Amino acid sequence: MSSIKIELRQEDVTKIKEICASFNNDPQELINVLHKCQEHFGYLPAEVQEVVSNELVVPVAKIYGVITFYSFFTMTPKGKHPVSICMGTACYVRGAEKVLDEFRKELGLQVGQTTSDGKFSLSSLRCVGACGLAPVVMVGDKTYGRVAPDDVRNILKEYE
Amino acid sequence: METVKLTIDNKVVEVPKGTTVNKAARQLGIEIPTLCYMELHDLNIENKPAGCRICVVEVQGRRNLAPSCVTKCEENMVVKTHTTRVLNARRMVMEFILSDHPKDCLICAKSGNCELQSMAHQLGIREIPGQEIASISTYRKDTSPSIIRDLDKCIMCRRCEMMCNTVQTVGALSAVNRGFMAAVAPAFEQNLEYSTCTYCGQCVAVCPTGALTEVDHTPDVLRTLADPTKTVIVQTAPAVRAALGELFGMEPGTLVTGKMVTALRALGFDYVFDTDFAADLTIMEEGTELLDRLNRHLKGDKTARLPILTSCCPGWVNFFEEYFPDLKDVPSTAKSPQQMFGAIAKTYFAEKIKVDRKDLVVVSIMPCLAKKYECQREEFSTDNNRDVDFSISTRELASFIKQANIDLNNLDDGEFDDPLGESTGAGVIFGNTGGVIEAAVRTAYELHTGKKLERPDFTELRGLEGVREATIDFNGIPLKIGIAHGLGNARKLLDDVRSGKSQYHAIEVMACPGGCIGGGGQPLHHGNSDIIKARAAAIYAEDKSKPIRKSHENPFIIKLYEEFLGKPNSEKAHHLLHTHYFDKKKKIVVKQ
Ligand code: SF4
Ligand code: SF4
Ligand code: SF4
Ligand code: FES
Ligand code: FES
Repeated sequence: MSSIKIELRQEDVTKIKEICASFNNDPQELINVLHKCQEHFGYLPAEVQEVVSNELVVPVAKIYGVITFYSFFTMTPKGKHPVSICMGTACYVRGAEKVLDEFRKELGLQVGQTTSDGKFSLSSLRCVGACGLAPVVMVGDKTYGRVAPDDVRNILKEYE
Repeated sequence: METVKLTIDNKVVEVPKGTTVNKAARQLGIEIPTLCYMELHDLNIENKPAGCRICVVEVQGRRNLAPSCVTKCEENMVVKTHTTRVLNARRMVMEFILSDHPKDCLICAKSGNCELQSMAHQLGIREIPGQEIASISTYRKDTSPSIIRDLDKCIMCRRCEMMCNTVQTVGALSAVNRGFMAAVAPAFEQNLEYSTCTYCGQCVAVCPTGALTEVDHTPDVLRTLADPTKTVIVQTAPAVRAALGELFGMEPGTLVTGKMVTALRALGFDYVFDTDFAADLTIMEEGTELLDRLNRHLKGDKTARLPILTSCCPGWVNFFEEYFPDLKDVPSTAKSPQQMFGAIAKTYFAEKIKVDRKDLVVVSIMPCLAKKYECQREEFSTDNNRDVDFSISTRELASFIKQANIDLNNLDDGEFDDPLGESTGAGVIFGNTGGVIEAAVRTAYELHTGKKLERPDFTELRGLEGVREATIDFNGIPLKIGIAHGLGNARKLLDDVRSGKSQYHAIEVMACPGGCIGGGGQPLHHGNSDIIKARAAAIYAEDKSKPIRKSHENPFIIKLYEEFLGKPNSEKAHHLLHTHYFDKKKKIVVKQ
């Protein structure tokens, strides 16, 4: 009764199988396997979950359950310019929440989502080790420090 | 056995170590309310996520209230089950659950039978503070051929998830998301139809609320009954008669065969027939197939696939098509009794009464939700006309009888019509786990050995153990039989078949714990396995009371072969009574 057709490139299938094998196809290691897969693919589309399900012999519903439970897993590909806001303690205390709100408003996105043109995606991070610059925002590889809500529009302009 | 002594509500009780406070209290006659917790003791099924906190109690010396469904008794523990603190906590939990729950009890399928509703009533909840501000989360409704999921009514007790994963090992359902969007859903929150669901209905059977219900076909049946151009006939599965009475206030285990027949006639069915007749027919076909494979095997024919697997349970068929497609030539090709009945009704019987199959409507009353899907399978239609038009559950039949203002309790016993209403004790026991294989053995034994059975009872095949085995002496040949009920148990036997370790000649599988008597369409057991045992006993009692107890001695079956089918496994029998299976496993396609 299953319906979705799963299409993956051979090298992707091989990669997922390798990752699973590196954890001895142990279902207990599901979360670690998913972490590695997300590291490799950037996100965890249904197709990847299906292959992992086959390899670890864990129902794909369970895998989907895990992915939707933990906010660090995502099923949507990252945008061309992934925007990450640090939510570590220092940044949080210095108003990261307000900055995040501003990005949400400007981009019309929730955390974990990507704009329909694929340009921006929004995510939150744990401490990135630049507490002196709090609050910290990263766009791609570029780091912005002491960001205030008013700066958000200008930051995004750089990538228009 | 090591025991502990404790005090609950000022009464001292001694219980085996490891007993929960909830069970110890019950021993004293103190009922502590529970919601998410559920146990089917004799079937080894237990759900204890300790999620709802309705069952909390005060334990002396502990700061927090303790959930009694998981808290183990300790020596000298002092427990209070109904203090004001406890009552307040219960009320708050309930108010919280209800603040995110729809209030359409008036038209809810579970109304009157809903555990959440009775709990709200028991706790005397009359209003829900904060309701005006809190918005109720909405979740899209999902309708499949058998089951409706209305997740707004889900209270996250996770009983369905436990049934689907731990008991059935299907894994179609899992808890997904968090907070108010939390739900139990198939992968990617797709509709159930696109998941690996087998439609066994066991999730529906345990859901305490209206979140999971069957697709209701009673309005369709009512419409056809009102249509003067249609001849409407009905077949009733064996397990129905052993459970229907429960929905009319009768003791579990009360047989209502005759009353049910009278009620169906009063509802306007033109002929009231019995699926048990088709069960006898199944035995003729499946038993012949078993003997054929066995004889070929004994002669050294390597192509004879053994063990033969029974195929009368559509939930089980869905399961092996999804998980063991490589073994799809192992099960018997015999159709389920429901579909055999439909095939014979729309050919043999239609000819007899000179009605075109398009004007003959076949309704079946089943303990089962998988049968709803089964009768919609394409291969069971001719020219877009189904062999079985509608399959309704025991619960739907009860509701239908009530709609028509018929009081089942006060009906006289009626008799099934001929020719598709006559059945033997062998047909009846199809409702119990072990029953199909016992019926098959009764017939296969006599056909194989040419000897008459002294006693047709094979008690070694009965019981509620999840996996059972027995060896029956077939004139010097030890016939090894395996039995599994519940798909998780079936999986164990199937894994052995796959790896070539299986020593059995024949295996019976029923998807539902207990067999069809515990089916997904039966009256809700609310976690009481005594009900299932009572139904099983009723089925064996009906068998005992039958003058004929072996399928091949059913005079109408003999006549059906003489007049119409020829011999068991004849070409015509194959065409009408056998089927084939499909590989339904999801394929991973590699992009070029
Ligand atoms: S019907 Fe059976 S297989 Fe389908 S979701 Fe419910 S328990 Fe799982
Ligand atoms: S759907 Fe029903 S059984 Fe499943 S978690 Fe929700 S309330 Fe419980
Ligand atoms: S055991 Fe009976 S009720 Fe359950 S799915 Fe099979 S046929 Fe249906
Ligand atoms: S908390 Fe943001 S960089 Fe450390
Ligand atoms: S019944 Fe004990 S926590 Fe739900």
